[in-house]
Amino acid sequence: MSAAESYGAPAAEVPGGGRALLTVEHLTMRFGGLVAIDDVSFQAAEGRITAIIGPNGAGKTTVFNCLTGFYKPTVGRLTLHHPKGEFLLERLEGYRTAQKASVARTFQNIRLFPRMTVLENLIVAQHNKLMRASGFTAAGLFGLKVYRDAEAKAMDLAKYWLDHTKLTEQADVEAGNLPYGDQRRLEIARAMCTEPVLLCLDEPAAGLNPRESHDLNSLLRYIRNEHKIGILLIEHDMSVVMEISDHIIVLDYGRKISDGTPEAVRNDPAVIRAYLGQEEHEELPPEIIAGAGTADRSPDDA
Amino acid sequence: MAVAVAEDIVVRPLNMAALVREASITALVVFALAISLVGFQVLDVPGGLAIRTRFVDVGMVMVLAFFGRVALILLREHRPRPVLIVTPVLAAIMLVLLLSETFFGVETGSVLKQFLPFQDPVVLWGVLLVTIVLAVRSAYAHTHMNSSMTLEEREVRMDQIGAGVQRAARLLGPVLLLFAITLPFMPFADRRLLDIGILVLTYVMLGWGLNIVVGLAGLLDLGYVAFYAVGAYSFALLATQMDVSFWVALPFAGLMAGLAGVILGFPVLRLRGDYLAIVTLGFGEMVRVILLNWYSFTNGPDGISGIPRPSFFGFAEFRRNAGDTTAFHDMFGLEFASVHRIIFMFYLILGMALIVNVFTMRIRKLPIGRAWEALREDETACRSLGINPRNTKLTAFGIGAMFAGFAGSFFATRQGFISPESFTFIESAVILAIVVLGGFGSQVGVVIAAVLLIGLPEFFRDLQQYRMLAFGLAMVLIMLWRPAGLLAHREPTLRLFGRNKKPGTSS
Ligand SMILES: Nc1ncnc2c1ncn2[C@@H]1O[C@H](COP(=O)(O)OP(=O)(O)OP(=O)(O)O)[C@@H](O)[C@H]1O
Ligand SMILES: [Mg+2]
Repeated sequence: MSAAESYGAPAAEVPGGGRALLTVEHLTMRFGGLVAIDDVSFQAAEGRITAIIGPNGAGKTTVFNCLTGFYKPTVGRLTLHHPKGEFLLERLEGYRTAQKASVARTFQNIRLFPRMTVLENLIVAQHNKLMRASGFTAAGLFGLKVYRDAEAKAMDLAKYWLDHTKLTEQADVEAGNLPYGDQRRLEIARAMCTEPVLLCLDEPAAGLNPRESHDLNSLLRYIRNEHKIGILLIEHDMSVVMEISDHIIVLDYGRKISDGTPEAVRNDPAVIRAYLGQEEHEELPPEIIAGAGTADRSPDDA
Repeated sequence: MAVAVAEDIVVRPLNMAALVREASITALVVFALAISLVGFQVLDVPGGLAIRTRFVDVGMVMVLAFFGRVALILLREHRPRPVLIVTPVLAAIMLVLLLSETFFGVETGSVLKQFLPFQDPVVLWGVLLVTIVLAVRSAYAHTHMNSSMTLEEREVRMDQIGAGVQRAARLLGPVLLLFAITLPFMPFADRRLLDIGILVLTYVMLGWGLNIVVGLAGLLDLGYVAFYAVGAYSFALLATQMDVSFWVALPFAGLMAGLAGVILGFPVLRLRGDYLAIVTLGFGEMVRVILLNWYSFTNGPDGISGIPRPSFFGFAEFRRNAGDTTAFHDMFGLEFASVHRIIFMFYLILGMALIVNVFTMRIRKLPIGRAWEALREDETACRSLGINPRNTKLTAFGIGAMFAGFAGSFFATRQGFISPESFTFIESAVILAIVVLGGFGSQVGVVIAAVLLIGLPEFFRDLQQYRMLAFGLAMVLIMLWRPAGLLAHREPTLRLFGRNKKPGTSS
């Protein structure tokens, strides 16, 4: 399959393979005098996991906020090569990114609807679809069949993701009462219920124990392989990143310092320098790189 | 019941000096407050005003405050026994003295009454109530010497109670409804009772309407009465200026109010919590001031009078001589009675309130209702899911306002006369108090709260002047004790497993 010909058409092969789904060109984001992202360009492919890594404050979450319409980039073009056509994400503000361009995201500090049940969280995620089916409430008020069918379908989708995130048992529990790891998975399930083409995960493994972290890896692989959507992944835990990503982008102080397959990035001297701040350790084993990455982090989000 | 036993209760030795000092400080503060509020009373005497001093009362207040404080300290220090002994005795004595005229005849009674601390019966009953509360609390503390609930446990408990009430409401609801339907034909249903019923139902409807905005969408609206006013004025103007009948003007008035809700909703879209509350409060006042000053249109402070009464669905009039139209009593072959209209009004507001209720219950389970709740929980997350926060909020404002508009039309046609005075901030506060007291999102809670806050004061007219005081006190207590409201409990809008099935048994 060749990428659609347009302004954002990929110039080069995406590292890690796959058809380009997202093309970011010259993205710059300034907050007053602070340059949070400085002229970053990269591509992310369909059916691939693209990791964005970098030390604290490198600008990773800011990239997500620009992609998902929470911030308007100062400069740059963000093109989504959606099956329905091209979307210029920098022009879609706020909720429209999710509504029109089917970009879903999770948050660094979990944002669920804590007093609604797990199941309700997943149904709310299908709001736009159900809203249309309910005839913008009119058909729903009278309980027409169109709406009941749509709701049953929505339930099926919710059940599907409950199953795959191992949350079926907790379906009727208030989301705020779930253990931390379950909340993280629920947030992913909720994002998937919007049926996205691009899923942006902001540190999904943060705070998980090794077993949960392992389960998360399988879940992400499953989503990639079965649903063929693009996944953008911010992650500090290098063991997760190296294990499951097909393509890694490294940011440091808002600049892209490396971009390539996990192999290439792992051996990139610039990356090692950024993480360790030293030039002597050019040939460090991956465990040490991983250790450096997981050191101090502070939750910080939009 | 699993009430965790708090192990860290230490019964420290009492520090008498500290106790006396704390109680004295309380007495001093009370003195500072009471000396001007109670100590001097301005009297209307022929030829001007006079000041009467009531220093004895100030002294009494101080003494009471001192001992009340001592009792509270003792309870706090886990020594309820002295309080438990003293307060019931005091309460009993006060009760006997208060009722002495009935017990011992007027003569002995009036002598005995001299021993009571104050003259005003309401204040006396208040003191008695406080004493009883202290007695109950000390008794409770005594039996639960070794256990004390933490805030969370209490929250869980209260939520269980809320859930219980909602479950009971499934049975209680139809019973209450049946009661409401048969009320006008009960032997004890006089005109006064029906009037109170109509008033209570109006507030129930308003409470349910506001519950959409505050309880579901989480938008704290302190200017709700503005939409009530818009509905009432739209209706009144249509009916008096254009001769539009009730049944045509009603939907129109609702639409106008809904429109006003959307228009006023726009500027406050970005505001949340306290800021939203303040701005909506301002809007409420603006509407009232406009009604007051736009003399040519609204007739200003003089209000609008001669608002026509509703007909019997356009078929018949509630009048003795209906002229060329049919009269209700002729239509059904009854004797003319003015109470017919009251009964009809009662059913009208009952029906309107029920419509709001059914609507709310249904819409909660529709995408828009779930989106309101999601918006209340986390607006950022909503945006990430593609939910349009603007439209969602505006529909909540609009629908809530529309129901207020319907209620306003009903108010106008019932009173026959409206003026801006009926739409002061106090009304907003009362409606909000009903919602808060009943519990955000609790439909039964609103009914109970409306009966408590509107019905009871109507019955005990003597207590009317203390109503706002009681409101304030109730609100402060709720905020301290359970900010979500007494009976707040959220029932999921849909379940994967049945209500009674425990998840986990399926696999
Ligand atoms: N809304 C904002 N206003 C001002 N500065 C911001 C804003 N959002 C982010 N920043 C700044 O931009 C820089 C990048 O922040 P960002 O949250 O993107 O980092 P990050 O890579 O996600 O870090 P972490 O690993 O800690 O999550 C930081 O210096 C941050 O303070
Ligand atoms: Mg971040």
